[in-house]
Amino acid sequence: MEKEVILQYLPLYREALLLTLRIGWQGVLLALVFGVACTWIRQLKIPVLKSLVTVYIELFRNTPLLVQLFFLYFALPKAGIRMTPELCGSLGLGLLGGAYMAETFRSGLESIAPIQEESALSLGMTSMQALRYVILPQAATYSISGIVANVIFLLKETSVFSVISLMDLMFTAKDLIGMYAKTLECLTLLVVFYLIMLLPVSVFGSWLERRMRRAEFGA
Amino acid sequence: MQSLGLDVLFKGSNFIRLLEGLWVAVRISLISVVLSIVLGIPAGMLMTSRSRVIRALFRVYLEIVRIMPQMVLLFIVYFGTTRVFGWDLSAEASAIIVFVFWGCAEMGDLVRGALISIPRIQYESAAALGMNQLVSFRYVILPQTVRRLIPLSINLITRMIKTTSLVMMIGIVEVLKVGQQIIEANRKASPNAAFGVFATVFLLYFLICWPISTLASWLEKRWA
Amino acid sequence: MEHGNEVLRIEHLHKEFEGNVIINDISLTVHKGEVIVVIGPSGCGKSTLLRCINALEDIQGGQILLDGVPVDRTAKNISRMREKIGMVFQSYDLFPHKTILQNVTLAPIKVQKRKKEDAEKEAVELLDRVGLADRKDDYPRQLSGGQKQRVAIVRALCMHPDILLLDEITAALDPEMVHEVLEVVLSLARSGSTMLIVTHEMAFARAVANRILFLDDGRIVEESADPKKFFACPETERAGAFLKTFDYE
Repeated sequence: MEKEVILQYLPLYREALLLTLRIGWQGVLLALVFGVACTWIRQLKIPVLKSLVTVYIELFRNTPLLVQLFFLYFALPKAGIRMTPELCGSLGLGLLGGAYMAETFRSGLESIAPIQEESALSLGMTSMQALRYVILPQAATYSISGIVANVIFLLKETSVFSVISLMDLMFTAKDLIGMYAKTLECLTLLVVFYLIMLLPVSVFGSWLERRMRRAEFGA
Repeated sequence: MQSLGLDVLFKGSNFIRLLEGLWVAVRISLISVVLSIVLGIPAGMLMTSRSRVIRALFRVYLEIVRIMPQMVLLFIVYFGTTRVFGWDLSAEASAIIVFVFWGCAEMGDLVRGALISIPRIQYESAAALGMNQLVSFRYVILPQTVRRLIPLSINLITRMIKTTSLVMMIGIVEVLKVGQQIIEANRKASPNAAFGVFATVFLLYFLICWPISTLASWLEKRWA
Repeated sequence: MEHGNEVLRIEHLHKEFEGNVIINDISLTVHKGEVIVVIGPSGCGKSTLLRCINALEDIQGGQILLDGVPVDRTAKNISRMREKIGMVFQSYDLFPHKTILQNVTLAPIKVQKRKKEDAEKEAVELLDRVGLADRKDDYPRQLSGGQKQRVAIVRALCMHPDILLLDEITAALDPEMVHEVLEVVLSLARSGSTMLIVTHEMAFARAVANRILFLDDGRIVEESADPKKFFACPETERAGAFLKTFDYE
């Protein structure tokens, strides 16, 4: 391995990492928003929207992100909807993640015994108040491990962004290998930069999970 | 139809070509799933081993799989092995190696989870009846774990199929690549082909994965 | 008793679930300050009756009036109605993510929009009455079953309900904890609370009730305004047979 090569490539990888992180976290944020919105609609059982949410969730959970991105980036412009690669990346990730988050939130909500809601209702709370003060805080605790897993999954999924010509880590690695054939250096840097991106999330996630489990409401 | 570019699909053998492309992805994933299950079961058993060294090794293995995107692993195997070891792996072989590496970890973890969820008393009562470890595993533990495992393994198939879409990035001609070729060939005649083709690919993936994942969650509920 | 004192009136209540009749034409009037105890074999519909009153179940016929206003599950004002009906469940169901004090003050603050300090002051007083003021900052998990159930009663009381529904509140408790909970209920009865109680504790029923309802198969089989007499010699054969099952204890 040549040290100079690594030093020379380092700034390029750093650029790529920042781009990947920016789009990745935008996507995660969107995923949470979509997930909450879907859960909201399902909880309130809003007639038509509820069915649409189910269709959306099933569609995006059962197709690969790569195919979703191709659709958003190459197909939609033909129907008059144009987006920048960056917007496409975060939106695609958000749509995919929203479907997964919605399922995670659902199983979190289902883990709360119905009598918790009944207790809240019998104290005169509206369904909305019961959800906000009683159900959600508990469901959130149960959902933590699922949410962390989803975040890691989504950040990993960013590795396909190069197909919509975003200069992410994979793009940079492939480009450099193609041009200068310093394969070993390029791949090493690729692995190191993905570790930089994902290891902290993974460690933080496990810590959070342990803490949540231990702290379970004063046990 | 023209404006949405759906007409391209019915031209010549285009639709058949797309399906053939899809089959490439599905074939790779089926081979990978079968190998993952075959290797994953012993891996999962080893993960419950009493030896600390073995457990630690598997922890590292699982953590690598958990953190590294499959795309990165594909690059390492496809580009890396050629340069570093001088192997000339085909793209398809690289893909299968990566997916089995990943799938075996997933399967192993599922097996481990299923094994440790069997109450201790089951092992103890088998032992009390004079069964040795092998016999008790074969007749007592295994039948109970299989039921838990089947829905989860079926789920692994859909995840594998979705992940196989990545192989186009190491040059395998699968459904997306075929789609691109069709669009390219019809650029003049139907400029909107991209919509029709990619919408179709989207739907094709859904039509394959959705029934499988629905079956998995149905089984999961039924056998819960 | 005169009409003005009426708190709750149930008229020809009918409830079915999947083709089974669970409550069959029950009518009942509860006056202010009355303590009515409902007894009967398992599955006779007594818990369902309480759940219907609090609109946790849908009903297929008849109506339930609280202070003359119908209790309707689908009505917009249903949460306003439920405020006036306190309910305590068998499994106490405190909110596990809130401290004892937060459990008790959550609804007064969020539902009745009372000032936090006022709600907390009252909550501590009430917790003190059941001997748990010093546990106010603990979480439910740290309390015993009996303590949790006392908190659940305080949680319902803090809403100043017109009527309190107690659904087998000692059924899930260890025997030595039953007493501490029943003491609280007895003292509430003495201070004039209106209560509708479902229980399997016959001695307690006799001590606390102004009126006994014996339910079987979803109907009121026997009603007695003289609990002592009811327990000594019930008028119906079925009530007699039911009471006999407790004799071995």
